[in-house]
Amino acid sequence: MPKWFIRAAVVCTVMFALSPFVIANADYESTMGLVQKIFYYHMPSAWMFLVSGIVCGVASVRFLITGDPRHDRTAWAAAEMAVIFGVVTLVTGPLWARRAWGTFWVWDARTTSSLVQWMVAWAYLILRRYGGPGSDKLAAGLALFGVANVGFIYISVNYWRTIHPATSVVPKLPFTMGFPLWYCVASFTLLFVLLLKMRIRLEEQRATLDSLYLSLDEQH
Amino acid sequence: MIRLAWLILRKDLTVEVRSGEIAYTTLFFAVTCVLVFAFALVREGRPPEDGAAGILWIAIAFAGNLALGRAFERERQAETLRALLLAPAPRPAVYLGKLFSIVVLLGGTEALLVPLIALLFQARMLAHPFWLTAILAAGTLGFAAVGTLFAAMLVRARSRDVLLPVLLYPITVPVIIAGVRGTAALLQPEFEGGVVRFWFALLIAFDAVFLTLSLWTFEAVMTD
Repeated sequence: MPKWFIRAAVVCTVMFALSPFVIANADYESTMGLVQKIFYYHMPSAWMFLVSGIVCGVASVRFLITGDPRHDRTAWAAAEMAVIFGVVTLVTGPLWARRAWGTFWVWDARTTSSLVQWMVAWAYLILRRYGGPGSDKLAAGLALFGVANVGFIYISVNYWRTIHPATSVVPKLPFTMGFPLWYCVASFTLLFVLLLKMRIRLEEQRATLDSLYLSLDEQH
Repeated sequence: MIRLAWLILRKDLTVEVRSGEIAYTTLFFAVTCVLVFAFALVREGRPPEDGAAGILWIAIAFAGNLALGRAFERERQAETLRALLLAPAPRPAVYLGKLFSIVVLLGGTEALLVPLIALLFQARMLAHPFWLTAILAAGTLGFAAVGTLFAAMLVRARSRDVLLPVLLYPITVPVIIAGVRGTAALLQPEFEGGVVRFWFALLIAFDAVFLTLSLWTFEAVMTD
């Protein structure tokens, strides 16, 4: 592990440990009260969910073009991050929506495309797990299609109606609410980078071990 | 390239005409599927409102999955897939030939499904035959474009039978949404031209993007 990893892991732990206090000190939102505070975890995890999807798609395309297994390992790790941050997003979202919109689930553009993206990430992992040899390229193809798909789902559901809060809300937040939000975004980004790094390293070591076994076989 | 694709299409159709394996199983399965919906949803002779479009597309998606799986399983069992890939033909031509044979098969299935659903669910399926054909053709092409690529990729994978729907359905969600919404708009008593045109345009855009991606990916994933 690189030196910065341990330090960053400590910083990340401290930031997450402090985050409840930072969020508790934020202003109450007048109509939703306490429930609104879910938002401080929901939005950062949704962003990281989106980032993992993009990382997975870009790495997959590069893997398809170059055939370099490093990109494949990054794509795999990012797909796992997408599933994890997707769970956080899809659990916190409905809890917030119950209060804000009066119902747990609404088929609007963003919830639907998030759900489908999450399912594609699952399909990716299922393919890696049960596809057998050669599934790395198949999975890369799937990731490419999954990324291309998001826009279509978004447009198609958007044509009905959308009640998600617009992204233009965020820059206008008062400091007392904006600071906790950006604090959480920073914590989640750090967590994402650490987990991704750790997961890629695990795959790298697995690949090294495999090549060592192979060279051992050749010697005998 | 078009000629090569046509040769592969003709080969597949000849095999199909002689054995009838995929055509009969797919048709029978699609009809059974519609009957299950009829038993489940039609109460006292009254079909559910707005159900016909959804049922049509579910039957197409299920039957399509079956046909796609078989189309490549047959090539694998007869060891002809290797011959097909060894032939001095560009990979995109092989893909297109396979794609068109699936589209023709599904088109045949739809030709039977549409009157059946119109009958069982008292839907005005044939009120706008031109638009219905356009939406069905565009939707089937998009579904089959993704499906042919995935089925071809999975030929050598383990547990390919279960993996095909797992990969295919999340990716084809836009086709299903646009197909169902577009068909439902056709079934309304008043024709909503703008709505139908929007969904048709979305399907065409989906077809264009995913056909291009498939042609490119097919080359990359079928190299070894």
